[in-house]
Amino acid sequence: MSDLLQCIDLTKTYGQITALNNLNFTLGSGKIIGLLGPNGSGKTTLIKIINGLLTPTSGKVLIEGKEPGVETKKIVAYLPDRNFLGKSPTVDKLVKLFVDFYEDFRPELAYEMIDKLQIPRNSQLKTLSKGNKEKVCLILVMSRNAKLYVLDEPIAGVDPATRDYIISTIINNYNPDSSVIISTHLISDIEPVLNDVVFIKNGNVVLHNTVDEIREEHGMSVDELFREVFKW
Amino acid sequence: MSWKLDKNRPIAVQIGEILCARIAAGEYPPLSKLPSVRTIAVEAGVNPNTVQKAIEVLVEKGVIDSVLGSGSYVKEDISPAKEMLRERISDKTRTYLEDMKMLGMNEKETYEYIGRLIK
Repeated sequence: MSDLLQCIDLTKTYGQITALNNLNFTLGSGKIIGLLGPNGSGKTTLIKIINGLLTPTSGKVLIEGKEPGVETKKIVAYLPDRNFLGKSPTVDKLVKLFVDFYEDFRPELAYEMIDKLQIPRNSQLKTLSKGNKEKVCLILVMSRNAKLYVLDEPIAGVDPATRDYIISTIINNYNPDSSVIISTHLISDIEPVLNDVVFIKNGNVVLHNTVDEIREEHGMSVDELFREVFKW
Repeated sequence: MSWKLDKNRPIAVQIGEILCARIAAGEYPPLSKLPSVRTIAVEAGVNPNTVQKAIEVLVEKGVIDSVLGSGSYVKEDISPAKEMLRERISDKTRTYLEDMKMLGMNEKETYEYIGRLIK
């Protein structure tokens, strides 16, 4: 069986600027991976290519052997780093929209989480606080039964208690057939749930290892290692 | 004992230690069933694979039995669980003795102090 995600010699340039520079990595199933790197290192560019929103300048991305397109979107659940759902629809409408859009969407799961976090179903997205908006977006994405979840900064705007809830949601939703890629700066919050971390610097993978090996080899947390590797 | 994890040590090792400590303390009695991997993962806030790894090590060391499709069970003899904690216990004790030395206590004073505390 082919790997869930393969990046082969992936390069993306914006004019003079190289965002991804011949990047290679592969990812199997059943993992939770942290995609970590300083601002401007190429994380979001990589994520956008995986989701077919950008095309590579050269090299390619394969998801279960296929290049990003209609077929891969059926198995990839993507949480962008900004609000992607407009302002006026209500939470309830959005759930119905997702039911129409994605065959793998599980509305009962979405409602369960929405109710648990006490977000009124009939409220319009624009009336919700920044954190609650983010929660709704994340709930919708996590309620899909996808093969690959790609979460770009999922916990940045929410309070620590909700962060814990989101993390337990990710763990609860874990299954050996799917993988989750999480891009974040809040490393210490997220590192206990990660299998692997990928450090990106200047559009290149500088480290790809399991969290426990990092702790064993370096005797420090991923958060501390990050601060060391990316020290100015 | 809660799932307090030290950020600088491998998580799987720590999960294994906590499970052994709970077995040694009788919280999970001999022949009882351990919570599921997922339950432990959610409670401890860690990756299920990491818990699985810890469980596999405990099976290998003879602390628990893994029954396919059912779960993990504490062995009747809990000495392997205690054995697994030995190194950690001696580390902790050594650190404690060093700390006492730094506080100006000699060995005899430390020994007497512990004696008094335990009573």
